[in-house]
Amino acid sequence: MSAVTDGKPLDERVVRASALRKLLARPELGSVVGALAVFVFFAFAADGFLRATSLSTVLYASSTIGIMAVPVALLMIGGEFDLSAGVLVTSSALVSSMFSYQMTANTWVGVGVSLLVTLAIGAFNGFMLTRTKLPSFIITLGTFLMLTGMNLGFTKLIDDTVSTKSIADMEGFPSARAVFASTIDVGGVDIKVTILWWLGLVALASWILLRTRTGNWIFAVGGNEDAARAVGVPVARTKIGLYMGVAFGAWISGQHLLFSFDAVQSGEGVGNELIYIIAAVIGGCLITGGHGSAVGSAVGALLFGMTSKGIVFAEWNPDWFKFFLGAMLLLATLLNAWVRKRAEATK
Amino acid sequence: MTLVELTDVSKRYGTVRALEGVSLEVHAGEITCVLGDNGAGKSTLIKIVAGLHRHDGGTLRVEGEETTLSSPREALDRGIATVYQDLAVVPLMPVWRNFFLGSEPRKGAGPFKRLDTDFMRRTTREALLRMGIDLRDVDQPIGTLSGGERQCVAIARAVHFGAKVLVLDEPTAALGVKQSGVVLKYVAAARDEGLGVVLITHNPHHAYLVGDRFVLLRRGTMVGHYTRDDITLDELTQQMAGGSDLDALRHELQRG
Repeated sequence: MSAVTDGKPLDERVVRASALRKLLARPELGSVVGALAVFVFFAFAADGFLRATSLSTVLYASSTIGIMAVPVALLMIGGEFDLSAGVLVTSSALVSSMFSYQMTANTWVGVGVSLLVTLAIGAFNGFMLTRTKLPSFIITLGTFLMLTGMNLGFTKLIDDTVSTKSIADMEGFPSARAVFASTIDVGGVDIKVTILWWLGLVALASWILLRTRTGNWIFAVGGNEDAARAVGVPVARTKIGLYMGVAFGAWISGQHLLFSFDAVQSGEGVGNELIYIIAAVIGGCLITGGHGSAVGSAVGALLFGMTSKGIVFAEWNPDWFKFFLGAMLLLATLLNAWVRKRAEATK
Repeated sequence: MTLVELTDVSKRYGTVRALEGVSLEVHAGEITCVLGDNGAGKSTLIKIVAGLHRHDGGTLRVEGEETTLSSPREALDRGIATVYQDLAVVPLMPVWRNFFLGSEPRKGAGPFKRLDTDFMRRTTREALLRMGIDLRDVDQPIGTLSGGERQCVAIARAVHFGAKVLVLDEPTAALGVKQSGVVLKYVAAARDEGLGVVLITHNPHHAYLVGDRFVLLRRGTMVGHYTRDDITLDELTQQMAGGSDLDALRHELQRG
């Protein structure tokens, strides 16, 4: 309103300032700066980090985290957590493998059943959250513990060990492996198919967030749930959908886990949920919701991949990985907070 | 024309009687003020009209038809838009996304159905301009606007989406004198567009500046129902607060 009286000169100054402000307001800015720094660091510190084969290893490591970081980031923008995301990946793989083996069915049937079961677990998380109005931390901590127990319990009950039986000789295995765990040769460099899944998910999630009504609703339920409800946004439906999105990511990751080998270790996945959350936060997602991006989560995952593999290439003790991770998380969060404050400062 | 009419409406929360025997009329092109101190039942009343809570007793008529509003969506579909003092907007979202939140226009078909972002940006700017609000940048997060500006955007939004009744919850409560004046100006602008306005406030001075009808609440019951001709500002103030509170109120009036 002040612009009416302020006149032209001030307005023009504001336009120039806001171009820089817009760049600073990008949620992924901090993570991009961080990723560049880590890249340059390992390019000097680790021999062979810049070789194409090394970079493809880094990308593969990043993609396995990135596939989950994308839906986890969307969920975080929507204002919620999912602590069950890590073990849900294992559950999804177990259901697929055990169903195919026990029913002597085509592996694709198991893959389909696994999709339904995994989505149902995601929907359960969302339904419990919106119905009970308890914090998602508690709800998904409960699901996390239950799934961890069920993964081990059912596997021991059915297979008598902690890993499932091999399904390598079952019908449909080669084609399922091609879809979820193949390697494509691009000019002599091995590109894992998970990288394509990852890029596809980032593109899809960005489209949803920025160009669809659903995306508008995700930002709104995370930014101010009551305001969103008051203008008619279906808050419960949006949140349940976000949890099902995480489940969908867990399904892809789970099938990759299974078809990379031919059996699944039932104790895997514990702790990974935090890695996904960290990737999303490093990528600029606001932990309280309402702000963030899918691309940012991808950069967060890439930072992860570079650090975990870079330490190996530099031949350091991998114990230091966690230290770097923690330091990066703190730095990224501080940088994001600072950037946001600058971006939102009024006049 | 009577847009909304409440007759003898009551509401209980468990054993607590939040509202008892309240009647209210909202006419097109008029401002009905609901006055009361904290805890008088203003919020409960607003929630019934906005569709957040259902009333237990009495009747609610929207354009002559007796009804119960069961959700904010239903209230909106019937042309009743509510602007809340504290939860009107999503602070981190750009102005244009806030403006269309919950009623997003889309183009394209099937999986390529997408937000019509150009239309949304342009329309936001135009709708705000029509209400006399000139924003430099509709892409800025709405949280960067002042409290008064945010209220104005919310009012412009309701007008744009064809609301017939605009319910305003303490639009001036958290604002300074100047900002309050600006907001009241836009409230009057909405009235001039032919909307029926319900203005909830605890400030009789603000109410008397723009109001056509006045409903006074105290401890959940209606203590008075006047048109502008029936009452003066002094009487309104007297009615609203008992004698002991009057000094404090006079102090408030002097500043307002």
